[in-house]
Amino acid sequence: MSQHAVRPTPASPTPPGGHLLEVRDLHVEFRTGEGVAKVINGVSYHLDPGETLAVLGESGSGKSVTAQAIMGILDTPPAHISSGQILYQGRDLLGLSEEQRRQVRGKEIAMIFQDALSALNPVFPVGWQIGETLRQRLGMSRADARRRAVELMDLVQIPGAAKRLGDYPHQFSGGMRQRVMIAMALAMEPKLLIADEPTTALDVTVQAQIMDLLADLRRDLDMAMILITHDLGVVADVADRIAVMYAGRIVEHADVRSLYRAPAHPYTKGLLASIPRLDQRGGKLSTIQGLPPNLMRIPSGCPFHPRCPYAQQVCVDVVPHDLVLGDGRTSACHFAQEVRDDRAS
Amino acid sequence: MFRFIVRRLLQMVVAFFGTTLIVYALMFAGQGDPIQALAGERPVTAAQRAYLTEKYHLDATGIGGFFYRYFDYISNLLRGNLGESLTGRSIGDILADAWPVTIKLALIAIAVAVIFGVTAGVLAGIRRASIFDNATLLLTLLVLGIPTIVLAPLAQYFLGVKWQLFPPTSGANPDFYALLLPGIVLGSLSLATALRLTRTSVAENLRADYVRTARSKGLPRRRVISVHVLRNSLIPVITFLGVEVGNLMSGAIITEGVFNIPGVGFNLFRGIRTEDGPLVVGIVSVLVVVYLVSNLVVDILYAVLDPRIRYE
Amino acid sequence: MSDFETVAASENQAARRGPSGEPGTPNQVGQPRKPRSLAGDAWRDLRRKPIFWISLTLVLLITAMAAVPGLFTSNDPADCVLSRQHAAPSGGAIFGYDFQGCDTYARAVYGARASLLVGAFSALMTGAIALVVGMLAGYFGGWVDAVLSRLIDIVLGIPLLLAAIVLLKRVSTDSSTVRLASVIFVLAALGWTTAARVVRSSVITAREQDYVAAARMLGAGNGRIMWRHILPNALAPAIVVLTIALGSFIAAEATLSFLGIGLKEPTISWGIDINSGRVHMRESATPLVVPSTFLALTVLAFIMLGDAIRDAFDPKLR
Repeated sequence: MSQHAVRPTPASPTPPGGHLLEVRDLHVEFRTGEGVAKVINGVSYHLDPGETLAVLGESGSGKSVTAQAIMGILDTPPAHISSGQILYQGRDLLGLSEEQRRQVRGKEIAMIFQDALSALNPVFPVGWQIGETLRQRLGMSRADARRRAVELMDLVQIPGAAKRLGDYPHQFSGGMRQRVMIAMALAMEPKLLIADEPTTALDVTVQAQIMDLLADLRRDLDMAMILITHDLGVVADVADRIAVMYAGRIVEHADVRSLYRAPAHPYTKGLLASIPRLDQRGGKLSTIQGLPPNLMRIPSGCPFHPRCPYAQQVCVDVVPHDLVLGDGRTSACHFAQEVRDDRAS
Repeated sequence: MFRFIVRRLLQMVVAFFGTTLIVYALMFAGQGDPIQALAGERPVTAAQRAYLTEKYHLDATGIGGFFYRYFDYISNLLRGNLGESLTGRSIGDILADAWPVTIKLALIAIAVAVIFGVTAGVLAGIRRASIFDNATLLLTLLVLGIPTIVLAPLAQYFLGVKWQLFPPTSGANPDFYALLLPGIVLGSLSLATALRLTRTSVAENLRADYVRTARSKGLPRRRVISVHVLRNSLIPVITFLGVEVGNLMSGAIITEGVFNIPGVGFNLFRGIRTEDGPLVVGIVSVLVVVYLVSNLVVDILYAVLDPRIRYE
Repeated sequence: MSDFETVAASENQAARRGPSGEPGTPNQVGQPRKPRSLAGDAWRDLRRKPIFWISLTLVLLITAMAAVPGLFTSNDPADCVLSRQHAAPSGGAIFGYDFQGCDTYARAVYGARASLLVGAFSALMTGAIALVVGMLAGYFGGWVDAVLSRLIDIVLGIPLLLAAIVLLKRVSTDSSTVRLASVIFVLAALGWTTAARVVRSSVITAREQDYVAAARMLGAGNGRIMWRHILPNALAPAIVVLTIALGSFIAAEATLSFLGIGLKEPTISWGIDINSGRVHMRESATPLVVPSTFLALTVLAFIMLGDAIRDAFDPKLR
């Protein structure tokens, strides 16, 4: 994957045109028979046109739920958005009617999912599924929709697109299926593409191809992209900024380079230390101790304290606020500066 | 698809011989006097005895004799030659008269199951755990729990005899109205099962990943449900209804018997009652074939509906 | 026919599992679960269900009726006098008399015994066959599974009522005991397939568990593993299926007796009484309605009991 020559610098607080997307203090709960799980606890992030934000975290950290809240496809019940705002081009999506939100979906913001085999409808040919959006949303004729579907399949580099229009999802390989998903998401030329673990279900070599494709498409079509992943390795070349989530909060938020160079949250540090690196052969891979928290009983104070090597009494008692570290970096850790400057571990 | 059909056809041929062999063996193997077995407890005249001996080749003995008789029976069955009932009427003629009535009745029953069962099932699946859902679940449990031998006579008594909303019995050439009440009784069980099956299937599919994808394409909820969810949910339901058509053809024994509908089940009912062995053997053989064929049709239907099976 | 099959059909769907939960919902949130036993959860759930208590009460009541019919009526069901044909209620005969002049209520009470005997013994035999076949197929897999699964397919492919008719036509004796035993054998021989499938799939699940692998590594033999580790897992779902099957066996016995090929006089069976009540319904409906109600309530009680227990053990379907 080549580094693109021009890359926007880490976001200034408010660019002239305003943010494309801004999530403000979002809270989401799952209300189930067994109790209330606080899945998102005050998430805020923003995205400018053409920018790529990577949202990183373990499964259950709330990264996908945030994305589904933005798309408006959370299953309610059990999910409830208890407070917060999701501003798209300055408009609060949460204040819109279902019909108005539907107009935004696909056309303004599109999403691709992790497992393309189950995310595609098994009983319809892929050409039909790509064309459905065009026929239903843009009122295209069948023939036009077919023609456009072939173009889209060409765009995502599916070989012999015209011949494969009538094939069903299970007849494609994993990588090709994910390309079909991407073609479907691009049908309405959205301004923002949310990719929810787009490569998790794929082989390593195919992963790289898909990430390259996404990066190229993002650049060529001038979209913004939110890339959700639990894999720090895949984001380095693609993302501009990274938001690290833990227990439904953003614990660290920084541009890619500074975050890799000097993580300012013990959790990020742990994640980075657990990636195998070519320049540190033979060294032992470290892991983060303990388990992700039970979202029905989130630990007091800093939710990461039971697993944190830096934890002190204050971490048990006080919820850390976002500490601004300059360059637009934040870290929700009482000892953010110490962690950032501690290069030892 | 072609290979799939060929494979299924071969399987059906095997199943056909297996099942008919079992049925035939159960009928005749190790019997003291096979003719008396066919006739049950009623006296057998010398003419009947001679006819039956010739028809079933009962003079040949031993294992060889058994298979000789079995293949003879099969070839007669395949040629549509079912012999005569003890009353002397050709069983083929009896069935030719009876089939149209039975098919009409089965179609009414299936229509009842589709119109009410599938519709209510879709609604219950969408509104799972609602009052409507719980009420239909309880109601279907009641219907499933009440045997036909209770439902049919009671419906006949209350709706036919006491309140006279429907004709209590149908004559020799029943019209649609005369078949309506029996059709509803016969269809109520299929209705209940179809409803439960549709409900589970819709509820399961609503949670499927592809529904989330369809929603994120910005499709209206109506279209997500009526196209994406329904198309997937109805695969098992249509399969069930297909099997059920086969069941209803042979399953109308009680209903046809109670309502005096001159269909296939009624003739079987009468054959059992009057201990007419050849009639019972003939009808059961034909019904087994109908059942096997309907299962084959359903399997092919399944493959048509589900591309994952088609390209296996 | 439908009585046999519909229950089996709904059973099959229950055994079929859809894909598990979607990502991003709380069941994948990955927190450690509270250690609660499945049985404990199920019991907590059952206790709150009125249907469970109603059906359990009915089942106990009918069992008592079958065991000690004298508790419920002091009249003799065999005391039939034609002069009392369709006579109005009098004395202990709260529902009057039927065509033969027998006490309708007393006959319904005494009819419980045959029904319950057939239901219980068929279910027991079915359970035994299903456990053996299901355990062998599920545990050994390979060609054993292939052969047994094909066998299940074939038996499942035979229309049950037709097969029962063919089989029972061969029983020409009038001895009550032999007829009873024949009905039980026929129902069990044809009705074990669904339960066997359920056992097979739970055995396959249990076989893959770590503790089974551990037991094998510690040198436990096949017999011991099957008996000590796998059987207990297969038992609960099998019992649920058999409770429901018990209800449908009772319905099947009544249907066969109704057709005149199951139990025969002098055995008292609801199926026989429903048939004779049906023939004379224009003169008097009570001899039809009373045994019909008894039969329907009994079958319903067992089916609802099984259904409630299954729901409690399998919250996914709720």
